Amino acid sequence: MTPDCLDTTFAALADPTRRAILARLASGEASVTELAEPFAMTQPAISKHLKVLERAGLISRGRDAQRRPRRLEARPLADATEWLESYRRFWAGSFQRLDALLDELQAGRKDTDAPGHRGDRR
Amino acid sequence: MKSTEALQLTTPTEREIVLTRAFEAPRHLVFDAFTRPELVRRWLLGPPGWSMPVCEIDLRVGGAYRWVWRNSDGIEMGVRGVYREIAPPERLVATELFDQSWYPGEALTTTVLAERDGRTMLTTTVLYESRQARDIALRSEMETGVAASYDRLAELLATPQHSH
Repeated sequence: MTPDCLDTTFAALADPTRRAILARLASGEASVTELAEPFAMTQPAISKHLKVLERAGLISRGRDAQRRPRRLEARPLADATEWLESYRRFWAGSFQRLDALLDELQAGRKDTDAPGHRGDRR
Repeated sequence: MKSTEALQLTTPTEREIVLTRAFEAPRHLVFDAFTRPELVRRWLLGPPGWSMPVCEIDLRVGGAYRWVWRNSDGIEMGVRGVYREIAPPERLVATELFDQSWYPGEALTTTVLAERDGRTMLTTTVLYESRQARDIALRSEMETGVAASYDRLAELLATPQHSH
């Protein structure tokens, strides 16, 4: 996963119509006509959004040559999610270490004004 | 086990990520731990296996910081920024730009430390330049409930419900 890919994913997801299209596709593949239905939009306008989603690898075309159904590709979104998970993991791991460091710093200054409420944690 | 309160990651607006975490220490120590290089490099290391070979901090308004992490496979990750506000022991504002940025533009991080009974509540707000990255990954997928594969993100983030 390169940062460029994430950029493309995020850019494609920045539009509410495109997100709604993805939400629809999450429940199963659908044709362009079916996808256009819930929106007050022309089919060409919807097709434009579909192209952006396709370029970002978020959707692909099904086998049926007649209907040309679109379907959701989960991978790029999973990658975007992964970034956030690693972000959280980064801070969670770091803060655990900070807990230990703060203990150490407080132990070192016990004789001054450190409160050191060791026993009254809930 | 000294861990006090779980890390919370929330998304109050379209352009922000907010981290909150409590520490069993007065805030001036937490402030030091965020601003003194010899302390920063002892904890700001992320998951196991990473070290922080570069930790430079020029702690003054307009001063720069430069942090680089490296893991055991030799993969490096770097971030740089400039301090905008420094008000020990309660507030620190700085820009943030990762070398391999996943989002467009710089982010602005605001760290606020609130102390009560010798305990410190840390709140770090990361404000993004555009709402792109934010709009997406955090809020939108959740509220549209896109797919089961994104449930992990829902668990991760307490996202306010939002109706169309």
